[in-house]
Amino acid sequence: MTRLHVQLAAAAAVLCLAVAPFVLSPFSITLMNYIGIYSLVAIGLALLTGVGGIVSFGQAAFVGVAAYATAWVSALNGHSPWLGLLFGVALTCGVATILGLVTLRLQGHFLSLSTVAWGLAIGFLFGNVEGLGRFNGISSIPPISLGSLALVSSKQIYFLIWGIVTVVLFLGYNLLDSRLGRAMRALRGGNTLVESLGINAFRIKLVTFVIAAFLASLSGWLYAHMSRFISPGPFDAGMGIEYLMMSMVGGAGSLLGGVVGAAVVTLLKNSVQDYLPLIAKGASGQLEIVAFSALFILFLQWARQGIVPFVARSLPKTRRARPQPAPPLPRRAQPAPGELLLKVDGAERRFGGLVAVNNVSFEVRSGEILAVIGPNGAGKSTMFNCLTGALRVNKGDIVFAGRPITREAQSRIARAGIARTFQHVKLRPRMSLLENVMLGTYARTRAGLFAGAFRINRREEASVRHEALMQLERVGLGEKPFELAGNLPLGNQRILEIARALAADPTLLVLDEPAAGLRRQEKLRLAELLRSLRADHLTILIVEHDMEFVMSLVDRIVVLDFGSKLCEGAPAAIRSDARVQEAYLGGVA
Amino acid sequence: MTSDIAAILAIDGIATGAVYALVAIGTVLIFTVTRVIFIPFGDIAAFTALTLAALDAKRFPGTGALVVILACLAALIEIISLARSGELRLLPRALSFYLVLPFAVVGVAWLVMRMDPPLAVRLVLALMLIVPISPLLDRIVFRPIADGTVLLLLTVSVALHFALVGLGLLFFGPEGVRTEPLTSFSTEFAGVLISGQTLLIVIAALVFSGLLYLFFDFTLVGKSLRATAVNRTGSRLMGIRPERAGTIAYLLGSLMAGVSGILIAPVNTVFYDSGFLIGLKAFVGAIVGGMTSYPGAAIGAVGVGILESFASFESSALKDVIVFSLLIPILIWRSLASLHSEEEIEE
Repeated sequence: MTRLHVQLAAAAAVLCLAVAPFVLSPFSITLMNYIGIYSLVAIGLALLTGVGGIVSFGQAAFVGVAAYATAWVSALNGHSPWLGLLFGVALTCGVATILGLVTLRLQGHFLSLSTVAWGLAIGFLFGNVEGLGRFNGISSIPPISLGSLALVSSKQIYFLIWGIVTVVLFLGYNLLDSRLGRAMRALRGGNTLVESLGINAFRIKLVTFVIAAFLASLSGWLYAHMSRFISPGPFDAGMGIEYLMMSMVGGAGSLLGGVVGAAVVTLLKNSVQDYLPLIAKGASGQLEIVAFSALFILFLQWARQGIVPFVARSLPKTRRARPQPAPPLPRRAQPAPGELLLKVDGAERRFGGLVAVNNVSFEVRSGEILAVIGPNGAGKSTMFNCLTGALRVNKGDIVFAGRPITREAQSRIARAGIARTFQHVKLRPRMSLLENVMLGTYARTRAGLFAGAFRINRREEASVRHEALMQLERVGLGEKPFELAGNLPLGNQRILEIARALAADPTLLVLDEPAAGLRRQEKLRLAELLRSLRADHLTILIVEHDMEFVMSLVDRIVVLDFGSKLCEGAPAAIRSDARVQEAYLGGVA
Repeated sequence: MTSDIAAILAIDGIATGAVYALVAIGTVLIFTVTRVIFIPFGDIAAFTALTLAALDAKRFPGTGALVVILACLAALIEIISLARSGELRLLPRALSFYLVLPFAVVGVAWLVMRMDPPLAVRLVLALMLIVPISPLLDRIVFRPIADGTVLLLLTVSVALHFALVGLGLLFFGPEGVRTEPLTSFSTEFAGVLISGQTLLIVIAALVFSGLLYLFFDFTLVGKSLRATAVNRTGSRLMGIRPERAGTIAYLLGSLMAGVSGILIAPVNTVFYDSGFLIGLKAFVGAIVGGMTSYPGAAIGAVGVGILESFASFESSALKDVIVFSLLIPILIWRSLASLHSEEEIEE
């Protein structure tokens, strides 16, 4: 399957949508309209939950904010629905921004619980605020009009709804394939990974959150002017979970899945309403929610992946062309060899009463490979985390390239030119090798939300692709750039992480136990690669456990023991140092 | 607001809070042992009140039918999973637990009901009927995904709550109930009238929390539950079955929810869907305790009760908005207070 096939399929789908209202019964068209309206929310959730990993139970509240806003503007104050759209979108995005600023630093289930909280709180507001019709709702909302044409019938508004859905899908897929989209797709890898790439994770979460709210607000606007009447019911917590269900059934993480999920859930609900009365007379309303929740639970138990990813796996793989040569990305000015690059001065880090790093000082000079070694519990990892900003030192200073980074955020340290790898490999297993390496270029590029969505980033993207391919070739993984990263063996995953770090054009490369878990051949290859990088004047700091690996590779060694620096020197001197032997072997061997 | 009104509101709030505290402690118990944030506990409390009301009215409660249906489902799932793993020899034991025992409970309740029992026996019957529900739901709903992320379990839990609300309407009908007070005693303290019901609620909350403390600290089963909460794999290696620990946690938790339902029924009118708000408010309390601390959860729940009481005096329409808005700052405080390792999200 090539790109052309995908485009043809998309064109055919759009054509079908355009013809549908002339073929379908009025009832089916109404059903389609609801599907379209729900799709918008579900697409937003696919981005937020599926791509970004933020499970929100509260999207229905955003739909409600926009619906009530436009109803207030148009039905109660007599202005145009288009003004209602502006007001609704602005209000929803404003509310989302404030909620996001407050809650998005929460982690894991705390964040999801907060969405339950504000979802409920906003839902209760609709029924209880004076001037919004309380539980009776707001009626006689005017239809949307285009010039003199009022979109009254379901067939008329059909085109508006599905037009918007199509455009949203198109822009959404563009966005996911851009610099910002890749950052969103990295969010699930955890904050440490995202920040290590020079990406401000909080900002990306906020943008994703507001985009999802924006799509919910479009949905709310359409809903208000299609049904011409609103009450608190459709925006309550129950609907919030139904939206979540749509996006999960369709396949969380797939935008198309949002549409498919909305369709499946809506049609299923509709047929449940049709058939349940046949089974249980008089109790259908109650059974409906039971049947529905039970189906959802079964789905979560057995088919968490969702429909679209399931179908997509059985389709032939999309063949893609290798990236073509393109103008290079701008490079950083590298320091002269031998210049002082990193200076750690009296670093101290405590965890309660435990002093994990105690008054450690050392320097790294440009162009060398320095290893920090030590037995288990020596404070190597803590030192590493302090260098990269994952932890703060309690005392002491860290200066990098003449700039104090002691109190800097992780992403800013990364942007300053320190690129890192992880002891427990942090790749995005469902992204290709190329895309994983492209993530590394985030801090060197600038295309934003609109550039990504409207594809005015093409030149930069071409450079990024080419750069990523070059780095893959540099580390020897250039043969299959479109392979999924999760399919690589561990040794190559480590090397892929190095390629990603190189794509950031770093001044200092810091490696966290790169040899851990590797087989002998893999270790030799890794050492070979690191030597070749040193030949390219790159400075490397290794935190390592494996003496053999370190001794033959590095220029200088700093030995830590029980949090303090034991000694420092060339590998041969370290090998014969009695203190080091005692630390490692518990006595002179 | 005069000090008299403040005192009345405070007492009212403490009573409501004590009810929430029982549910909150149950929520923490389930969460620590199974990692499930069991939103439906509020529904269990509401169902208990409805069951008691039906018993008072000499009707056999819908709970019986619910337990029978759930028991059949659980037994079916147990048979299938045992057959799949080729362990059918364990079947009699599984069936006796998941099928015979719940049926026996319903049968006994049905027989005793016909003898027109006094209130104390009806209370026991109501609790007996309600307690099997959560362990059965655990077997049907949560056991197959016990290794899932907290988020997955939470999503399932929310869906389960909606299923239970539908079932509640089906089995108990839309009418609200208010049961007869458990006591007509009342006393005056510092010029404020305190009803016996309020005292009873507070005393029950204290007694049950105390019992739970004794259970956890002085019995082997209690210790095994604590061990499971700390480390599932580790306790499995010590011969503790996490499934069994989960079942015990659900039994205990639903007992506490049931007691809170019985206590609240004479004070508030309870509907089939009243449970959600009880559960969520208890849950706000549980979060104050970081979902791990029992005293923290109890204090938090009482705090929520008092806040709700004062908020409803200021604006009865917006009291829920106020309570839930407050959850966000609490969550932020908890999230900052708890140092947790970063959890990568399931692919």
